[in-house]
Amino acid sequence: MKPKFGVVVFPGSNCDYDAYYAMKKVLGYDAEFLWHKDKDLKNSDVIILPGGFSYGDYLRTGAIARFSPIMDSVYSFAEKGGIVMGICNGFQILLEIGLLPGVMLQNVSLKFVCKDVYLRIENNNTIFTKDISKKTIKVPVKHGEGNYFADEGTIKSLEENSQILFRYSSNEGEVAEVYNPNGASKNIAGIMNKRQNVMGLMPHPENACDPVLRKTDGALIFKSVVQSLF
Amino acid sequence: MYKATVIVKRRPTILDPQGKAVEQGAKLLGFNNVQNTRIGKYIEFFVDAKNREAAEKEVREYSEKLLSNPIMEDFEFSLTEWDYSEEEVK
Repeated sequence: MKPKFGVVVFPGSNCDYDAYYAMKKVLGYDAEFLWHKDKDLKNSDVIILPGGFSYGDYLRTGAIARFSPIMDSVYSFAEKGGIVMGICNGFQILLEIGLLPGVMLQNVSLKFVCKDVYLRIENNNTIFTKDISKKTIKVPVKHGEGNYFADEGTIKSLEENSQILFRYSSNEGEVAEVYNPNGASKNIAGIMNKRQNVMGLMPHPENACDPVLRKTDGALIFKSVVQSLF
Repeated sequence: MYKATVIVKRRPTILDPQGKAVEQGAKLLGFNNVQNTRIGKYIEFFVDAKNREAAEKEVREYSEKLLSNPIMEDFEFSLTEWDYSEEEVK
């Protein structure tokens, strides 16, 4: 049986088709769009909250999308242990709804960043990273508000519980300020919850799946997740 | 009817890149005495509540739940009684 990815479509999502395409056409999984006004997750095995600018990023990124009807279902799905992946704007929504700790601030540079970055795998014993044998992966970022912030206590607890999945780094895995595209605390690019079923990351693994784009490291994350389902 | 005005401010300990950039502009224009520029949000709306307490409760909840994110922002608000009918006549 093919694993099924449910891709939520909010007004203003713009990476929904990218995620759908990567899952269905590139990786050969089943995928279906989930409209934000619906409540039905259509028996998805994994929920993807895609990138974009839901509700025009008004008020704060993700602040309004978190009250969409579908988010009630996503929240209970996550509470029951269902796998939820928030990418970029999806990460911001997960922070707003409180499934992950912290907030996203504007990039320190005040500029929208759009480039490939390297991420160091901080914990490869999770359902999101198990299949990644490399030290770093190359994926693109494209965001204006990816400056992850949380108070010291929260960061400490993320570190102690090995909830940090990815940090911005060099190709060789050196974590330094110069590799940080947005000013994120401790170069954090992606985290998960304590229960290890909800992940948020700012970079876009779905844009690094198709070999025609000459980068496929992003697929390793989705393959890890799929492995954990069977 | 009450008119509410809510001001949402970034917590003092949280970096405000936008404020910083605007202040650079201030320096370029020669406003050399300007310091610590912080940018927040001003939101106004009407509340149809039976009394001030009820209106306050609603504004506070609205501000906590949606208008601000307590991790990075604080808010303050004020309420004034508002006679809608008069406004319409004008």
